[in-house]
Amino acid sequence: MIAADSPDRRGIGAKLLSIDRHGTIRHWMRSALAELVSAGDLVIANDAATLPASLFGNHVRGQRPIEVRLASRPSLDVTEVSDFVALVFGEGDFRTRTEDRGQPPALAPGDRLVLGPLQATIVRLLNHPRLVFLRFDGSAREIWEGLARHGRPVQYSHVPLPLALWDTWTPIAGPPVAFEPPSAGFALSWDMLASLAARGIQFATITHAAGLSSTGDLTLDARLPFDEPYRIPMPTAQAILQTRAQYGRIIAIGTTVVRALEHAASVDGSIAAGEGLATNKISRSTRLRAVDAVLTGTHERGTSHYELLRAFVPSESLVRMDLELDTHDYQTHEYGDSILVERAARSFAMRPGRHNRPAGDGRQPER
Amino acid sequence: MTTRDRTTNTALSLERTVAPGAAYDPALHPFQNRRIAITGGSSGLGLALVRELLHRGARVAFVARKPDGVKRVLDELGCVFGVVGDVSKKEDIHPIALQLLGALGGLDILINNASDLGPTPLQPLADTECEDLERALATNVLGPFRLTKALLGSLAASAREGRGAVVLNVSSDAAINPYARWGAYAASKAALHHLTRVWEQELGASGIHFISLDPGDMDTALHAAAVPDADPSTLKRPATAAREIADAVDATLFRALQVVEATSPPERR
Repeated sequence: MIAADSPDRRGIGAKLLSIDRHGTIRHWMRSALAELVSAGDLVIANDAATLPASLFGNHVRGQRPIEVRLASRPSLDVTEVSDFVALVFGEGDFRTRTEDRGQPPALAPGDRLVLGPLQATIVRLLNHPRLVFLRFDGSAREIWEGLARHGRPVQYSHVPLPLALWDTWTPIAGPPVAFEPPSAGFALSWDMLASLAARGIQFATITHAAGLSSTGDLTLDARLPFDEPYRIPMPTAQAILQTRAQYGRIIAIGTTVVRALEHAASVDGSIAAGEGLATNKISRSTRLRAVDAVLTGTHERGTSHYELLRAFVPSESLVRMDLELDTHDYQTHEYGDSILVERAARSFAMRPGRHNRPAGDGRQPER
Repeated sequence: MTTRDRTTNTALSLERTVAPGAAYDPALHPFQNRRIAITGGSSGLGLALVRELLHRGARVAFVARKPDGVKRVLDELGCVFGVVGDVSKKEDIHPIALQLLGALGGLDILINNASDLGPTPLQPLADTECEDLERALATNVLGPFRLTKALLGSLAASAREGRGAVVLNVSSDAAINPYARWGAYAASKAALHHLTRVWEQELGASGIHFISLDPGDMDTALHAAAVPDADPSTLKRPATAAREIADAVDATLFRALQVVEATSPPERR
C-alpha cells in the first residue's frame, strides 16, 4: 500500500473497501458510505479533537534538546491537565522516522523539563527508559495556554509538510482530548451526516482520548494501545438501546469507538452512559458484544489497529482484503483510504442471545 | 449614522410564556452553567456581554487580542476565563478554540462579537485601502467563520445532548442599509449576516441555531472611532445592548429546547 502523504481532509476521491458479514469484498467511493448503512442502523463516531501533543524543549539536568509526545491521561477532565503519560525522544524531528530517532538523555524521577512556556517534572518512569509520567507546573489555564502556544500536532515522517492543528481535527471534533487524530472521522462530512439523517440512520458520538498509534520502539508498541479514558453521553447510550431493540447495526467510526463500546459492554453486554477507562485490547480472541461493523483506515499487519480487525473477521478475509488493497492501490495511514469491516456472520451464530438478532435472519447485505 | 432608522436583523420574538408551575428549570435559569464564548470581550459590547452573562449564571470565556486587556478583565471579574488571540489570524483560531474548550469543557453558545471598523477615520470606498477591506473581512467574516467551524463539533455535541446550541453573530444595520463611508465595515457585516442565515438553513434542523443581531448605535470605542463627534448621551449603553442580546439568545435556546422536547423519543428504562 502507498502511504497517504498529504492531509487532504476532504478526502475527495478517497476509496472504501467493504467486507460484509458473508466475507464478500466490494470497492466503493468513500463518499458513498451512507449507501452501505441501512435505516435503523446507528453510526457512532469519536468526537475527540486532537491536542498539540508534541512539545520541543530541553532536559534541564542533561542540557540536551528533547521532544516530549504526550501519550495518555488518566481522565477526560479539562480542569485536571497536570498529569500525562509521555514519550521522550532525543534530538531530531519528524523528518526522521520514529524508529531512527536519537535517544534522549537518561531520564530519572525528579528531572525537570522546559518545554517552551511550559515546565514539567518527571514523576516516575513507566517500566521503560523513555516512557514517563510527568506533571506540568501551573494552573489548568496556564497549561492549556502553553499547549496552545507551544504544542504542535504529532507529526508523521510519511507526511512531508508539517501538519497544522487544523489538519488533525475531524469535521466533528469537540473535546480536545486525543493525542493523535481519531482519523476514521476524516471520512465524515456534514453533508454525509445530513444524508445519513435523511435515510433514517441515527448518528451519535462518544469521546475517546485516542492515544499514540506508534512509538517507534518495539517493546513499547507491544504495549499499545495505552489505557484511554472515554465518555459515553446519555443520548448515545439511549440510541444504542433503541437500535439493539430494533435489530439495527452499531457501526463504529474508528477503532477507538470499538474499544470504548466493547469496554463499556464487557460486564454484561449493556452500555451505560458515563465515563470509563478502556484498558482492553481487541484481538482475535475478543468476543464482540457491542459493535457490528467498523470503519477504519488501512493499517499494516501487526499494528494494534490491524489486530483489532481479527475480532470481526477470520484471517482468511484479512488475507483477501490485503490483496485487494494492494491490487487497487489503496492509500494507508491517517489521511488515506478506508475499510468498512462487518462482523462475520459465522461468529455471530456462536453468540446466543446477543441482542436478539438471530443468525441467518434473512438480512441481506446492502448490495 | 445617527439619524437612520434602526433595522433589527433578527425576527426573534423576545416574548414567551412559561406555564405556571411548569417544572422546567432551564427556562427559569436559562444561563445557569451554560458554557459561553465571546470574542472581543475586553471592551465595549463584548465586555458588557461578559458581565451580563456572568450575572445570569453562565460560565464565560472570552477572547481578546491584547494580553493587558485580557488581564484587566480577569483582574476585575475573577470568575471568567480569558484567552489571548486574534480571530482575524488563521493561525490563532485553533489555539483559541483549544483554550476555550479547555476552559469550559465544551461549548453551548458562541458569540462572535469582535469587529473591525475598516479605515479610521471612516473613508469613502474610493479612498479605502484594499488592506483596510481585507482586515475588516478577516475579522468580521473569516474569523467568525473559522471559529464557528472549529467549535462546530462541540456545539453539535451540546445540541445532541439536549443542551441547545446557539451561535450569535453581532451585526449592524450597516449590513442591511448602504451608508456612505461605512463600505468596508458594511460589506463585511453584510457577508456575516448572510453567512448566519445560510448556517441556520443548513444546521438549524440539527439543533444548532444561528442568529444575527444588530445591537444599535452604542457608546463604545468602535463607535467613537467611526463618529467622533457623536453625543454619547444619544447612544445606547453597551450594558443595555448586552441585556437585549442575552434575551435574544435566551429566546432562541428556549425555542430550540422546546423543539428537542417535542421530538425526542421517550426515555427508556
